[in-house]
Amino acid sequence: MNPRRKKRLTIVASILIGIGAVSGLVLYALSQNIDLFFTPSEITQGKKETGLKPSIGQRIRIGGLVVPGSVKRDPESLKVSFRLSDMTMPIEFKDTDPMVTVYYEGILPDLFREGQGIVANGTLEDHPPTGLSIEASEVLAKHDENYMPAELADKKGQKHEKTKYTEKQLESKGY
Amino acid sequence: MWKWLHPYANPEVSYNFTNKMLPWLAWLAAIFLSIGLVWALLFAPADYQQGHSFRIFYVHVPAASLSMGIYFAMAVAAFSSLVWQLKLADASAAAMAPVGAAFTAIALITGAAWGKPMWGTWWIWDARLTSELILLFLYLGVIALHSAFEDKNLAGKAAGILTLVGVINIPIIKYSVDWWNTLHQGSTVSKLGKPSMSLDMLWPFIFCFIGFSLLVGVIVCLRFRNEILARNSIRPWVRELVQQNTTK
Repeated sequence: MNPRRKKRLTIVASILIGIGAVSGLVLYALSQNIDLFFTPSEITQGKKETGLKPSIGQRIRIGGLVVPGSVKRDPESLKVSFRLSDMTMPIEFKDTDPMVTVYYEGILPDLFREGQGIVANGTLEDHPPTGLSIEASEVLAKHDENYMPAELADKKGQKHEKTKYTEKQLESKGY
Repeated sequence: MWKWLHPYANPEVSYNFTNKMLPWLAWLAAIFLSIGLVWALLFAPADYQQGHSFRIFYVHVPAASLSMGIYFAMAVAAFSSLVWQLKLADASAAAMAPVGAAFTAIALITGAAWGKPMWGTWWIWDARLTSELILLFLYLGVIALHSAFEDKNLAGKAAGILTLVGVINIPIIKYSVDWWNTLHQGSTVSKLGKPSMSLDMLWPFIFCFIGFSLLVGVIVCLRFRNEILARNSIRPWVRELVQQNTTK
């Protein structure tokens, strides 16, 4: 390589390395703030690295899995409530897991199911009976990257039908 | 080592090469795309949760990964143009930019159309969607710089620098779903280990992906040819070519 090209190569390469380092550091510094949502355990116990905890009344997004059996809906209106727990692999729900209750009034997305990932947007409240909860103004469904035909899902024992509400879940008092 | 590449630094040789490649690419693209799209949209099984809405995957994912792939190719061209001052590398980068921008737009639009019924929203400012939008702006900036200067060498240099600065966005888009909490799901196909998709869904995807990649090849070749002619319009071989075509 002739010296001029070599010089240009070093200049371009060093600029690229510099930009890479700068953006790497910026992203590292921002890493907590780029998250779209808080998980239920981050709301109750604070973020893992920083211990940062959202305060009551703050507008936040929460993301988690709908705890099976926790969905309660008012038969007279669109009011609905459900509990969210962390997305952990493998998926299992224990009563000791940190959970946050979400209250919402509106139409739920098509993919809303028990055990499904949900992202809700609203204010953090502290309701006495249920503890920390979110008064949501928006509920979005999150789906995973696994796609399969229905027959295969049946074979694997994956539930995929829409939530059916039991009598108890439909009690308007429950909301 | 790179000796076999040297003749292609000559515009005329490159022009003839793209001419020879074009019919092959075009036929292969037509075959793969027609098989892939018919298979994907009519015969592939519907998803267990999303039903038929899932089929937009077959357009959305190839468009999104090609939008990143084209950018990377453009960055390689910009790099070699800046270091070795290959004029043809500039021409190829200028040829690729609008194609990449179009595929980014397709990825964003199909993504929005998929997001509304599944997630419940057209748009959300999560890391994946935002970084892909930034990619669109980078493409638009590169296109604007290529046409902002009379002097094509200067334009190529300016656009090349922007391209190289922006290349840092590519790994950010790719890994955004792993690094941060996002509404967007993780990768299905391009990850280590087995793709999270059943085989009768994966095969049509492979056809669609190859088909769309070949389509990009066709469009880029067409545009590259035009760029070569426009940039060498005073050369005798171009004049001869034009005369041959007009007298025919």
